[in-house]
Amino acid sequence: MSEYSLSQLRQLEAESIHIFRDAVGQFERPILLYSIGKDSSVLVRLAQKAFYPGRLPFKLLHIDSTWKFREMIEFRDRFCAEQGLELLVHHNKEGKAAGANPFDYGSRKYTDIMKTQALLQALDEGKFDVAFGGARRDEEKSRAKERIYSFRDRHHQWDPKNQRPELWSLYNGRINPGESVRVFPLSNWTEVDIWQYIRLEKIPIVPLYFAKKRPVVERDGSLIMVDDDRMRLNPGEKPVEKLVRFRTLGCYPLTGAIESSAETIEEIVAEMLQTRQSERSTRVIDHDGDSSMEQKKREGYF
Amino acid sequence: MDIDKFLNQHEKKDLLRFLTCGSVDDGKSTLIGRLLFDSKLIYEDQLSALRRDSEKNGTTGAGEIDYALLLDGLKAEREQGITIDVAYRYFSTPKRKFIIADTPGHEQYTRNMATGASTANLAIILIDTRYGVVTQTKRHAFIISLLGIKHLVVAINKMDLVDYSQEVFNNIRQSFAEFVEHLDIPDVQYIPISALKGENVVEKSSVMPWYQGDSLLEFLESVNVASDRNFTDFRFPVQYVSRPHLDFRGFAGTVASGVVKVGDKVKVLPSLKLSKVKNIVTADGNLHEAFPPQAVTIELEDEIDISSGDMLVHVNNQPKVSQHFEAVVIWMTDSQLKPGSNYLIRHAGRNVKSRVDTIIYNIDVNTLQKNKTEGLGLNEIGRIVVSTTKPLYFDAYSKNHETGSFVLIDPITNATAGAGMIIEGVSFDSQQDDGVKDTETRLKDHVERREFYWETGLVENKERILRNRHMGKTIVVTGSNNNAVQELATKLEQRLFRLNMNSYFLGISSIKNGLDADIQNNLIERDERVRRLGELSRILTDAGLIFITALTDAGDYELNRLKVLNSPNELLIINVDESNFKTVAADANLASENSLESNLQSIIKLLSAKNIIPEYCI
Repeated sequence: MSEYSLSQLRQLEAESIHIFRDAVGQFERPILLYSIGKDSSVLVRLAQKAFYPGRLPFKLLHIDSTWKFREMIEFRDRFCAEQGLELLVHHNKEGKAAGANPFDYGSRKYTDIMKTQALLQALDEGKFDVAFGGARRDEEKSRAKERIYSFRDRHHQWDPKNQRPELWSLYNGRINPGESVRVFPLSNWTEVDIWQYIRLEKIPIVPLYFAKKRPVVERDGSLIMVDDDRMRLNPGEKPVEKLVRFRTLGCYPLTGAIESSAETIEEIVAEMLQTRQSERSTRVIDHDGDSSMEQKKREGYF
Repeated sequence: MDIDKFLNQHEKKDLLRFLTCGSVDDGKSTLIGRLLFDSKLIYEDQLSALRRDSEKNGTTGAGEIDYALLLDGLKAEREQGITIDVAYRYFSTPKRKFIIADTPGHEQYTRNMATGASTANLAIILIDTRYGVVTQTKRHAFIISLLGIKHLVVAINKMDLVDYSQEVFNNIRQSFAEFVEHLDIPDVQYIPISALKGENVVEKSSVMPWYQGDSLLEFLESVNVASDRNFTDFRFPVQYVSRPHLDFRGFAGTVASGVVKVGDKVKVLPSLKLSKVKNIVTADGNLHEAFPPQAVTIELEDEIDISSGDMLVHVNNQPKVSQHFEAVVIWMTDSQLKPGSNYLIRHAGRNVKSRVDTIIYNIDVNTLQKNKTEGLGLNEIGRIVVSTTKPLYFDAYSKNHETGSFVLIDPITNATAGAGMIIEGVSFDSQQDDGVKDTETRLKDHVERREFYWETGLVENKERILRNRHMGKTIVVTGSNNNAVQELATKLEQRLFRLNMNSYFLGISSIKNGLDADIQNNLIERDERVRRLGELSRILTDAGLIFITALTDAGDYELNRLKVLNSPNELLIINVDESNFKTVAADANLASENSLESNLQSIIKLLSAKNIIPEYCI
């Protein structure tokens, strides 16, 4: 019977497809939270496979903090057009009008306004009862216990004490009106799996993941790219061209680059295998204090 | 390193999901920390955060890293110092990718362990050499067997504290082996390790030359789990009907079990309509065949109405279709399960309304005793009878995890209240809706029905007694000492036979491999064995025999069942030495330290006093 075996990557793929189909069957108003990053690219590909030969039975939602890398936005628009995906873009209008930015507000408050609050506004407006996200359990330790179906109350709050046990592949999607569930089809994928899958499936990703000479400043141990002229330089800071790439993508003033010469997926993986830093170490917001990710999740952050 | 080669290898690796369980302080976190660390899955920033945390909250000595802090995800737990939920960890070696379900050893968390076990191919139980097999070890082994995990590694840890003694290892191994024998876990491996020192964890240890087997990681890398899946019984729960345009109508789902090929004749449940598989569609091209756990879309030759929640099966291999079944349930919520309560069942991708009619018993996870109960509380395990408003299409969990498992959802709070595993055997002839009843009533009703339909021949009972010169009777010999029980039962048969009685001894192992050959040898299916024994004894007593059987360690629940199943005849219970029952009264309590002869005489006196055999036999 050994000919009937699937490689681990194909098993993960099958599991993710199963989850997409299950959730679409259990909920009325699904949405896919699209962050433009590599995990989102993989998430979209898996969704496409789940509903092939049909189109996706849901739209993509991008929460635009207005401080994303320009290349991310270009990629987003091109990718969605090429793949025939319906995209909704939302930003927090009040936040933008008030001029919320990471420099004056600090990363924590800025993230709350332009990402968490913006997301909650968009979910409320669309009355979405299920939102697919690309989070993985291996990203950060508070995620290790995250469910595949993560229940959120009326206020989108995540209560770590009140999550539903998940057994076999039986997911409990029962909710009351106003409540919602975040569904994470990539829960069991690791960073290497994601890269492997991108390579295997030739999935397009934002060029920022690959090394290139980019203007950066060094700030608190992070290399921050000067992506546009809104970047505020501290006295004495001078952008220098460095060969860098990004391991994760977010708002450019809050996302550290790493010095690297990896220009292909193979080189990235080779570098990853030798690195002694975890993926999220380049995220400035994760270091906002002990349990910071968990705190953000409770408040509704993805 | 040739990265292309690495990536190709990584892509083709297979997957092993395993569960780690152990008691408090037995070194589980250290073991996992070491597996992750040695496979370079702990990064420097995590490590330095860990050093910081270890100083703040750690329980290890100064300067030592407390791996448990790395593993405990949530803040509340970190402060309380106990892991309160299942955490999933990932690591990979050149041979395999691993997903660890890390579950707490704490007393109350049966629920979490069951959750982790539900998706695991293998379980590791840690035993601390200083304490050996403790109650928690047994509880963990029981839950592992209940969830149908086929491979168990018993990692006997902290060997460094007992000077790597082979004798200590052998003693623990033997005492565990005696216990696990009753639990139906086909593959049990014993590995002596020191998680702290890394002995036999990744590399084979040089300090225990007496141990010839694999290191833990070597075993995890090589154990064959691919064949554990069910490739025989094709079951395809339809998740989603795909109709992108008029020319395509496909049924999307995951192959739960079995193999389906293009051209196969299939039946749709519940409509019973027949068709053939036209195409097996995937985004990467059509397949000739599909097997579990592939997610595919099936096109059929005929246009038939199929909705999500329906099931495709092979025409000549169908699941049970019924609105009544029995199951073992693990209760996962604070509000008690009571007979008569309504729940939504989530089973094979759909929700169906259901009612729990009877809680047959609960199982004490520490002693494995079955007890009568009014309800099931959080973390309790019991056997229940369930009725559903629509038929379910299911198999026994022991044959098919995908179609034999379900969760119960509280329709008011929406909480996942319980997790269930459908049992092959039934305790009652519950094919019709019997309503909500307690166990005794249900059993009595069954016996009443059976007696009502009982057919008798032309020979009357009293004619039989006259010719045999004794009455028919079932005698159950029980007690905790297996040898004494067996000896007394077989000698009793012999003595009665020599006194010209029609006595007959039937040993359990005779039934095990014959009449009960279709039943699995585990604690849950033992109920079915007892049921058959009860029905059999009713028949043999009716035939006029003095039917003797030996049932070592029979508990209250089992003896009560045998009694009722034997009615209208009465059961004679002979207990030797210590008993395993409390409420049932034995007809005779004997001690094996008395001579066999005097014990036999006591029984014969008793039989005579009860007018089963004539007085002159004494």
